[in-house]
Amino acid sequence: MSIYNLPIISQEEAGRRTHKLVLRAPELAGACAPGQFVHVLCGTYHDPLLRRPISVHNADVKEGTITLLYEVKGRGTALLAAKRPGEYANVFGPLGQGFKLPNTCGSPILLLGGGIGSAPLYFLARRISETVGCQTSTFMLGAQNCDSMVCREEFAALGPDIRLATDDGSLGCRGFVTELFAEYLASSESSTPPLVYACGPTPMLKAVALIANKHNLPCQVSLEAKMACGVGACMSCVVRVKDGGGEKYVRCCKEGPVFDAKEVVW
Amino acid sequence: MVAENNRLKTEIAGISMKNPVMVASGTFGFGREYADFINIEELGAIVTKGTSLLPWPGNPPDRIAETPAGMLNAIGLQNDGVESLISEKLPWLRQFDVAVIVNVVGKTLDEYAEVARRLDGVPGICGLEINISCPNVKEGCIAFGTDAGMTAAVVGSVKAATKLPVIPKLSPNVTDIAAMAHVCEDSGADAVSLINTLMGTSIDAETRTFRLANITGGLSGPAIKPVALRMVWQAAGAVSIPVIGMGGISCAQDAVEFMLAGASAVQVGTANFINPNAGPKIARGIDDYLARHNFEHVKDIVGAVKSNNL
Repeated sequence: MSIYNLPIISQEEAGRRTHKLVLRAPELAGACAPGQFVHVLCGTYHDPLLRRPISVHNADVKEGTITLLYEVKGRGTALLAAKRPGEYANVFGPLGQGFKLPNTCGSPILLLGGGIGSAPLYFLARRISETVGCQTSTFMLGAQNCDSMVCREEFAALGPDIRLATDDGSLGCRGFVTELFAEYLASSESSTPPLVYACGPTPMLKAVALIANKHNLPCQVSLEAKMACGVGACMSCVVRVKDGGGEKYVRCCKEGPVFDAKEVVW
Repeated sequence: MVAENNRLKTEIAGISMKNPVMVASGTFGFGREYADFINIEELGAIVTKGTSLLPWPGNPPDRIAETPAGMLNAIGLQNDGVESLISEKLPWLRQFDVAVIVNVVGKTLDEYAEVARRLDGVPGICGLEINISCPNVKEGCIAFGTDAGMTAAVVGSVKAATKLPVIPKLSPNVTDIAAMAHVCEDSGADAVSLINTLMGTSIDAETRTFRLANITGGLSGPAIKPVALRMVWQAAGAVSIPVIGMGGISCAQDAVEFMLAGASAVQVGTANFINPNAGPKIARGIDDYLARHNFEHVKDIVGAVKSNNL
């Protein structure tokens, strides 16, 4: 883990209020695992004050780059989106526990993304394919509408079965990604239970976790939380998890952001 | 190398430090979280996360909200308790050449005293900072720090329970900070540190909800610096024990201002979140300031602000 001032290679719009930022980061590219995040300084002088945690959308070891795909939500991300090639982004990481990759290719692999939560799933799918050697069986991506569906062509290039849902029906099915998930389980003829990976808004992850837990499927979810330090010092970003017979708060930035869906108290 | 620089060497209440820049409680964990990023031996001291007798679960999330040039927090002093500090965190910290001050919290007088008693004689601790100012827990803490009689009682009972230097951390949420500093001195405190966070809240107009689950939280960051600087100046003028200044310090110039106002040392808090290297960088910057203004030692700038010509 280190603090870096990374040259910006490119910055482009990748959908409605969504930007894709490519940074020259040879060291980080080699160190990042799917599901981990970096902490990005967006402001210049005190305001907005805090860094923004952004998951790694892709790490290209050969090119020595990392790619961040992020939604412009407030002043911090708006300032980041205004940065141009030739400028630098101050970043530290990689941070947190990423997704656990499958050991073998025996089970179907389902990747469920909601909105900008789809971003880290691209890195995950690539890494599973490159290191374990198996293809993602099915991508299920949800968004508010067609314009906010991120990088579907990129995902399509990684696997043939890509299922889309939008709130307004402007792309794919009208409805939620959780409905696609339930339909998949109802119609699946596979005798091997799938491995489920999900990232998106908390209500979506909760719905995914309830379905996965009901079917007793292994399911990893990547959560988000209001975060300050990003390294486990400040205890801001806690998530409630099961602890023996009780419950406790653990740090999303350190013990997460990826959790076993069975561990989280939803 | 700042670590070897005699000009910055600082002693407060018998605590020897390489330089006057400490990291503030609650912003640096127990050092471990930042040791991957920075050389923690370049710090004057590490003040640990607030430690209670038994583990505390902390408040429900959301625990923070960003504000203009600052942030509100309502962590609620989540910590694993004093036994975990003694058996796990301190042994790890002892491998480093850096002063360690343990921040002590409690719900009752007895709890403060008992934590102090358990830490007495434990190797690797240079002093105790007594948190009588956290605004985010329902019992103890700020209830002690906003009442002169209770402040005196908690300082007195901790002093009786330990041989270590005792440093009450004062709340800015009082009418007369000088009076509170004075009460601490009279009760036997070896130094005082200030300020803790200022109580505030934040509302999301779109959702018509409070941003913090706890509703209120403590404001920190550059936004509070002028208030903190004023209070440090007032407290330093009221007592003869050393004052440790903090509140929105994010660069060497900020730190120098606090020292000119009368602080013998400073703590860096929220700035650690933005730049984990803030503490060492500020220590080097103070050294540059001393060189630029021909000061022989950092103690020469303590309280050296000139009075206005009226």
